[in-house]
Amino acid sequence: MVLRSNVLKGMGIIAGLILLVLCTFASIVFGYTDVNIRDVYQAFFNFDETNLHIIITEVRFPRALIAACVGASLAIAGVLMQALTRNPLASPSIFGINAGASFFVVVAISYIPSLSLQGITWLAFAGAAVAALVVYGIGSIGREGLTPVRLTLAGAAIAALFFSFTQGLLVLNEKALDEVLFWLAGSVQGRSLDHMLPVLPYIVAAWLGSLFIGRHINVLLMGEDVAYGLGLRTAWIKAIAGIVIVLLAGGAVAIAGPIGFIGIVIPHIARWLVGQDHRWVIPYSAILGAILLLLADISARYIIMPEEVPVGVMTAIIGTPFFIFIARRGWNES
Amino acid sequence: MNKYRTFRTKNDLFSILIEIRTLMILGVLTLIMLGLFLISASLGEIIVHPLNVLQVFFGGGEEYDRLIVQTLRLPRIIIALFVGTALAVSGAILQGMIRNPLASPDLVGLTGGAGVGVVAFLAFFSNEDHALTVSIKWMPLSAFAGAILIGLLVYFLAYKNGLSPMRLILIGIGISAFTQAIITMLMILGPIFRASQANVWLTGSVYGSNWDEVKIIVPVVTALLLLSLLLARRMNAQELGDETAVGIGVHLERDRRLFLIIATALTGIAVSFAGGVGFVGLMAPHIARRLVGSNYGSLIPISAVIGAILVMGADLIGRTLFLPLEVPAGVFTASIGAPYFIYLLVTSNKSS
Repeated sequence: MVLRSNVLKGMGIIAGLILLVLCTFASIVFGYTDVNIRDVYQAFFNFDETNLHIIITEVRFPRALIAACVGASLAIAGVLMQALTRNPLASPSIFGINAGASFFVVVAISYIPSLSLQGITWLAFAGAAVAALVVYGIGSIGREGLTPVRLTLAGAAIAALFFSFTQGLLVLNEKALDEVLFWLAGSVQGRSLDHMLPVLPYIVAAWLGSLFIGRHINVLLMGEDVAYGLGLRTAWIKAIAGIVIVLLAGGAVAIAGPIGFIGIVIPHIARWLVGQDHRWVIPYSAILGAILLLLADISARYIIMPEEVPVGVMTAIIGTPFFIFIARRGWNES
Repeated sequence: MNKYRTFRTKNDLFSILIEIRTLMILGVLTLIMLGLFLISASLGEIIVHPLNVLQVFFGGGEEYDRLIVQTLRLPRIIIALFVGTALAVSGAILQGMIRNPLASPDLVGLTGGAGVGVVAFLAFFSNEDHALTVSIKWMPLSAFAGAILIGLLVYFLAYKNGLSPMRLILIGIGISAFTQAIITMLMILGPIFRASQANVWLTGSVYGSNWDEVKIIVPVVTALLLLSLLLARRMNAQELGDETAVGIGVHLERDRRLFLIIATALTGIAVSFAGGVGFVGLMAPHIARRLVGSNYGSLIPISAVIGAILVMGADLIGRTLFLPLEVPAGVFTASIGAPYFIYLLVTSNKSS
């Protein structure tokens, strides 16, 4: 843990928020069309329907907002999954959420060609929820009840199952591959606020929920029996954490497609900064996740200009060296 | 009567403890595997009667049947069998060494490395008309090189006063995400038919195998399999935890390095011929564990047979169910294995 005292941690949050705002600005300013800060100010307070202002308010701003929301959601979902399964390797993709959403989307694009983008968003959300429910169900049937190992294994099996269905459809249907490839790589390009608004209330509710259960997660991490002995309703907390995960990871994949890496890596970075206290880990993860996705999205515009690289690719390219650095520096290996 | 049977050589270099029950399960599974082998050889676009297949196996049979079975089907089935074995054993070794049920050849980046090898091969050895400038025969080599390179990279990045399993897998995940990113980028930058060609490979398929490939994969996998059986007792020690393992006299570092090399070589050879057949390396060891427990003397042979059954079965379904289309085996490995695994997960009352 790098930041030891609560004062430092609090200041870290403020610094993170400032950085987040700066990144959001950067995301609006940088890109194929040159924009300067005065234009941004003008576009919001003195809108005059020029192309530039339309780009700022209709393209850049929603995109920055979406990237920040998706990044934060994925990171929080990752933290909760790793805590719930007590496995540092868990992430939304292991839980079958991304695979479920991808499968629903590929089916929709293959068989319902007329489906609107908003329809696809809802289907992805539904797919994520279905996969998570199945995993949760399978994980809790049987004599032992819901144990971390069973949850993890059920998740891995269901993810593999959905993934293989998706692959099968794509192999049989090359046209769908062409259309879906970009979605499958994960991207926040070309998404407008219309894609996010239907999902946003759920995501915001889940953010608040995750902040609320932080201290309960701390108790849960002491072990099932200890937590129960201390008076924690473990089944309830696990169920709430499960719902929050589905809302966040499902919402994120519905908006932006399966973006890997953030959900698995950011929690480790956050824990490296503030230790195991989840009251801090959760907000830190949220801020770091949002910043990483914003930065990744900005750089995705420049790599092969004027084309764009999917942001899921960029998160990995930016995040990996940093992650390896931290993995080598070491943290509490618990 | 004793529940266990010990096998040991005179000088105690090699010893293995096997439960009698395990031997029975192994027998049953081997029978299933052989049955599947026979069925695979007889089914296809043209159906050869199983009896005729047997005739061909023993050197007889009609000319036509010989052509179909021996030239077209056998190499493919044998490749499938050994690919499944290699992936399953590789997964079993990694899970024991890293002590995490989610460890698998995919997760530590080995499959990703092979994938980069293939996509890069398709991208860099194409001319302006997108025709390959080198023979496609070199693609497996490129895949193998990719897997080995990534294996080495993960090892060196994870090495720091020794090799901690947790650090190894975390670095593996990072590198694995990185390779995924590169694969996606190369696929998006290239023309779409390249993407779909690469996609078939990434899904995993044993299409178009020939005897030359069999001559490479069979001895290599057999040797590695025997080696891992020899090392089974040391793998058991790894699962005890670092302190206990050192306490009973295990050279922890050296063993880990050795296991990593074996796992990498197994994955490398498997993916170089069959592509990224998912699921087998992750789930076959778990299925085996649920059947016979986690003693490596039993776990390795059982995983190997289960892996072989999975990939052979998946390939059989892939080339018969959707005739005349061929669907890569990787699409079905999970469809066969996952439901069975879930069944085991739900019914069993011991946690692995």
